Amino acid sequence: MTHLSHLDELEAEAIHILREVAAERERPVLLFSGGKDSIVLLRLAEKAFRPGRFPFPVMHVDTGHNFPEVTEYRDRRVKEIGERLIVASVQESIDKGRVVEQTGPRASRNQLQTTTLLDAIIEHQFDAAIGGARRDEERARAKERIFSFRDDFGQWNPRAQRPELWNLYNAKIRKGEQIRVFPISNWTELDVWQYIHQESIELPSIYFAHQREVFKRDGMLYAASDVVERFPDEIPFEATVRFRTVGDMSCTGGVLSTASTLESVVSEIAATRISERGETRADDRASEAAMEDRKRVGYF
Amino acid sequence: MSATSDPVNGAPAGTTIAERGLLRMVTCGSVDDGKSTLIGRLLYDSKQVLADQLAHIEETSERRGDGYVNLALLTDGLRAEREQGITIDVAYRSFVTPRRRFLLADAPGHIQYTRNMVTGASTADVAIVLVDARHGVIEQTRRHSAIAAILGTPHVVVAVNKMDLVEFSQARFEEISRDLEALAARLGIKDQVVVPIAALHGDNVVDRSDKMPWYTGPVLLEHLESVEVDGDHAAGARRFPVQWVIRPMSDEFHDYRGFAGQIAGGVWSPGDEVVVLPSGKRTTVASIDTLDGALASAHFPQSVTMRLADNVDVARGDMLADPAAPPLVARELEATICWMSERPVQPGARLAIKHTTRWARAILEEIVSVTDMDSLAEGPSTSELQLNDIARVRLRLSEPLLVDPYAESRATGAFILTDEATNDTVAAGMIIRASA
Repeated sequence: MTHLSHLDELEAEAIHILREVAAERERPVLLFSGGKDSIVLLRLAEKAFRPGRFPFPVMHVDTGHNFPEVTEYRDRRVKEIGERLIVASVQESIDKGRVVEQTGPRASRNQLQTTTLLDAIIEHQFDAAIGGARRDEERARAKERIFSFRDDFGQWNPRAQRPELWNLYNAKIRKGEQIRVFPISNWTELDVWQYIHQESIELPSIYFAHQREVFKRDGMLYAASDVVERFPDEIPFEATVRFRTVGDMSCTGGVLSTASTLESVVSEIAATRISERGETRADDRASEAAMEDRKRVGYF
Repeated sequence: MSATSDPVNGAPAGTTIAERGLLRMVTCGSVDDGKSTLIGRLLYDSKQVLADQLAHIEETSERRGDGYVNLALLTDGLRAEREQGITIDVAYRSFVTPRRRFLLADAPGHIQYTRNMVTGASTADVAIVLVDARHGVIEQTRRHSAIAAILGTPHVVVAVNKMDLVEFSQARFEEISRDLEALAARLGIKDQVVVPIAALHGDNVVDRSDKMPWYTGPVLLEHLESVEVDGDHAAGARRFPVQWVIRPMSDEFHDYRGFAGQIAGGVWSPGDEVVVLPSGKRTTVASIDTLDGALASAHFPQSVTMRLADNVDVARGDMLADPAAPPLVARELEATICWMSERPVQPGARLAIKHTTRWARAILEEIVSVTDMDSLAEGPSTSELQLNDIARVRLRLSEPLLVDPYAESRATGAFILTDEATNDTVAAGMIIRASA
C-alpha cells in the first residue's frame, strides 16, 4: 500500500465533498474569484467530475474593482476548461439601487458583495454555494462546518450548527434555505501553495513579484488605481510587490517581494511570520470580530 | 505564466512536504483542565503562531490582566465565547511540523461535551485526553476515554497535565498511570500512551522537561509525530460506495461510464472481482481512473472513478464490494447511537438515515439499553433518549443498507440519523450487528 501525502488526503477529502454536494443538491454553484483558493477548487472539480462536465456553473461576484489581471485570468481559465461562467455584478446592484456605494478614500465594495451574492442565489435558484474558504483563515472560520447551513436570510448561526460526523454530510434543506460548502476547509494557506506547486497550476500574474505603482496606507501597500481614491498625502511610488490574497483593489494590500517563481513564493509563505489576512486584508482589520459579523449577515 | 511550468530544481524549504502525512486528532476537556493552554502551547512551541496573532493575544492578555501571555487565547473563536468565557463548538485547527501535518478537532468540554467529542472523535486517528495531575482519573476522564473507545478511535494519548502543581512527582504520575491502564483495559483501548506534562510552562509538550528526568518516554509532540496509522485502514474487505456516475456522452467519451467515489476499504486493482449491491450482479474492475491517469492500485481514502468490465446497472448509493467478503444487506440494525438533539426521541420515531452514500428511512423499534456514563455499564432501557445519551437501539429500515459492523469498518459501519421535519442531524450511529 502506498503511503498518501497529506496533500493526497486533503485532495481525496475535497473531491468527496464536491461529489456529495453535486449528488445531494439540485442547483449548486461554484464560486470562483480568480484567487488562488478558488483556482484550487476549480482543479478539484476537474478531478471530481472529468471526463464529464461540471454538474454546476461557475459564478464570480464581480465588484468591478478587481485587478484587471485577475479578471482576464478568470475569463480565460473558465473558457479553457469549457465550463459556464456567471458574473454577478456589484455595479449592477448599485445601478439598480439594491445597495448604496460608499464614497471617499476608504470606500470599499467589499461589503456590497453580500447583497449581490444573495440576489444572484435567488435569481438562479441556487441551493448550495461552493466556496474556497479555509478554517485557518480566521478564528470564526475554525468553527464553521464543511456543509454550512444558512437560513432563508442567508445567515449563519454558529450556535445552531449541525454536527458533522465521519464523512456523512447532511445536505438536506427546506425550500428557501441554502448551504455553503467549503471543500478545502481543512487546508492551510501553505497546503494551497504546495498543491498549486505540485499540480503546476497557473496563477494570475499578481501573485508573483512585479513592478507596480503603489501607495502606503495603514502600513500596507495598495495598488494605485482609478478605483481607489487617495488621501492627499498618499503619494504613489514604484515598488516590486506581490499579492498574497486577491480581493478588491480597495482592500487588498501587496507585500514587498522579489519572489517571481512559484518555488520562491512557496518558500516565502513557509517562512512568513505574519498571517495572510493580518498582512493583506483590510476587511478583517476593521474589528476583532469583523469576519464573524459579516458571516452572520450572509457574507461568504 | 512561465513560473508555473518551470521544472523544480531542488526543493526550497517551503516545498518540502511533511514526511508522515496527515494525522487527525481530537481533544476534549473542560475549561479548567488546561486543554486550551495545551493546544496553544503545541501551536506556539511548534512555531505555528504568527507575529500578528501573538501580538493580538499579548494585548488581550494584558487587557484581561492575566499576568502572562495567555496561550489559551489562541484558540478563542467566536465573540460570544470570548465574552462569556465558554467554548460553543468544535473548532478545527491545523499545524505542521517537518515530520507531520496535524488536523486537530478541539471539542469543548461543557454540557454538550458528548455531542462535541463524538463529532470530533468520529474522524480522529488519535484522541488526546487531558487529566489534571492533582485530581487523577475522575468521572470526566472515564467519559472521554469511553467516547474514544465507543467511536473506535484507534489511538489514545493521555496528557497528565499540571505536573508542576504536584511537584513533578514520579509517584503521583505512576499512580495515575496505573488507574489509566486499568481504565483502558476495561474499555478495550488497545493503544494508550500516558505523558506527564505542564502545558502552562511547556514541560514535555514540544520540548523535553528538565524537571521530570525520571520520565524517559516520548514527549507529547514526538509521540504524535510517530503514531503509525496507515495500518488502521489497510485491513478489511474491499468496499466502494458509489457517489456519482460519470457519463460524459461527449464525442470523445461517448461510451464512458465511470462510477466515482471514495474507497471505504481494501486495496483495489484492475481485474478485481466485484459484486454490485444490492442488485448482486457480478463483474470485474476494468480501470481505476483519476484526472492524472489510471492507477495500478488504490486504497482508503482515495477518491477515484471505477470503470467496470460489463455494462451493469449501477447508481449512487450502490456499493461495489469483494464478492468473497461482501457486506451485509441489512433491513434491521442493532447499533450504538449518541443522541444529539435537544428534542428527546421515543421508540416508534421515524427518522431519515444516511449510511455511506445511501439514504433510507428508519423506525426506532427499541431502546435496548442506555449506557451509564459514570459507571460505563449498560443500564436499563428508558422510555426516551435525551441529548448526549449513548444507547444501544434497534432500527428497522425502509430499504436495505449495505453494512459492516463498526468494529470492522468505520466507513461502512457508521451512519447518521436526521429529523425529517427539521433536517437536523440528530444522532451518530455505530452498527453492532445487522440482519436481513
